[in-house]
Amino acid sequence: MYTERVMDHFNNPRNMGEVEDYNAEGTVGNAKCGDIMRMTMRIEDGVIEDVKFKTFGCGAAVATSSIATEMVKGKTVEEALKLTNSAVVEALEGLPPQKIHCSVLAEEAVRAAIENWRERAGEE
Amino acid sequence: MFVYCDTAATTPLSKPAFEAMLPWLQTGYGNASSIYKMARDARRALEDARRMAASCLEVSHENLYFTSGGTEADNWAVKGAAELGGEARRHIVISAVEHHAVLHTAEYLKKKGHPVTILPVSGDGLLDPDTLRKALRPDTAVVSVIYANNEIGTLQPIAELARAVKETDGKILFHTDAVQAAGHIFVDITPDIDLLSVAAHKFGGPKGIGALYIRRGVKLPPLLHGGGHERGGRSGTENVAGAAGLAAALKFMTENRESFYKKTLASRDRLIDGILSAIPYSRLTGSREHRLPGSASFVFAAVEGESLVLQLDTLGVAASSGSACSSASLDPSHVLLAIGLSHEVAHGSLRLTIDHARTKDEMDFVIQSVKTAVERCRGMSPLWGGGAPLRMSGWE
Repeated sequence: MYTERVMDHFNNPRNMGEVEDYNAEGTVGNAKCGDIMRMTMRIEDGVIEDVKFKTFGCGAAVATSSIATEMVKGKTVEEALKLTNSAVVEALEGLPPQKIHCSVLAEEAVRAAIENWRERAGEE
Repeated sequence: MFVYCDTAATTPLSKPAFEAMLPWLQTGYGNASSIYKMARDARRALEDARRMAASCLEVSHENLYFTSGGTEADNWAVKGAAELGGEARRHIVISAVEHHAVLHTAEYLKKKGHPVTILPVSGDGLLDPDTLRKALRPDTAVVSVIYANNEIGTLQPIAELARAVKETDGKILFHTDAVQAAGHIFVDITPDIDLLSVAAHKFGGPKGIGALYIRRGVKLPPLLHGGGHERGGRSGTENVAGAAGLAAALKFMTENRESFYKKTLASRDRLIDGILSAIPYSRLTGSREHRLPGSASFVFAAVEGESLVLQLDTLGVAASSGSACSSASLDPSHVLLAIGLSHEVAHGSLRLTIDHARTKDEMDFVIQSVKTAVERCRGMSPLWGGGAPLRMSGWE
């Protein structure tokens, strides 16, 4: 059911964990539905210098989180906000139809973290 | 090492079953309903298989009908019994822990206007005969209760439940899905049981063949119409090789039932005890006492079941989960919710089901693999920290 690319990201997740001294944090999903993604980022001068994820969820949830961190790392905040769930699905060479919501969650996690960074910046 | 722990999904074909099937695949391929010798030989093999299977189940061969499997047997039993009830009896009663083959059939009939009652079970997954008794109505047509649950292995007090139904109203038909139980334990087909489903591939037979026991005197209308095979009960060219395989597999299991039971139980108990002691925040689901010998099922805090199954696959263990992720909905299995687990907890389910062929060393390997897989998942989980689950209801 999963592509080799999905299994690769599941078995060798990239950027798993929590960024030390993160200044952006976003958590999306809920345990009731069986998916929670948490992304932490270090954003300097509008560039995502570092990003890591922690995910409670199925194989697709882990793989979409993993690949999403690769896709936004080193990008500007504006570029990262252009990340769409379909780009995530494409990068994974496809997802089963019932797993598309996982890619939406990955997109939302990136947005939530950036939103959190903007809020923090506004408070300073 | 690779250890197969998914016998509730399907089992390998046993040697006696394989050997019994071979003659009817290439040389003895005649249609059992034709009249020449080759066909008569096939017919004889089919009827021998029926006799053998019936004798293992301790029922008359005249009451055993071959089907394409457990799902067809369940569909036939529930839809047929509902139809037999006519206008006066349309009410259907099932337990909350039925297999989808019964649950979705009942839901289909509900859409067609049949009132359906789904009975709650205890935290162990057991249906109380009094709960069943109280749910019966003057218009109840059929009651269907699973003999042994496929996800949590809980064994229902089927004889008692069937008795409760017949004491209340002898005209209500009682069906039980014995797909997980048959071959592995003694299935007691009491006179109160009208209909009982089995599937060959759950006890070392081939896929694509099952049987429905229909008590004498129950005129169940057919599900499949056609050439009038199976004495008009189930049309479709007879699966002679399949029937021979079913019968040989059931005979093999029945002849060795006690020794297989003991071996399976010893491995299963080693597995349950090992996992519960090696992994913190782990729980057995279903009854420890009223349980199939080969069934071990768990929930682990802060872990999602599908991820766990994929991790175990890379480690060399084939297992399954009742987590939501294999289905289109976001709901975990109806069985895990029925025994009172929260959604959060139910997502972390794992089912390990084994047969008599497993060894101690294999069980120790599985315990270690489950421990590693759970640790890997928890290491990735935002719901796990400092050696305990975070923000999870149901684990306080």
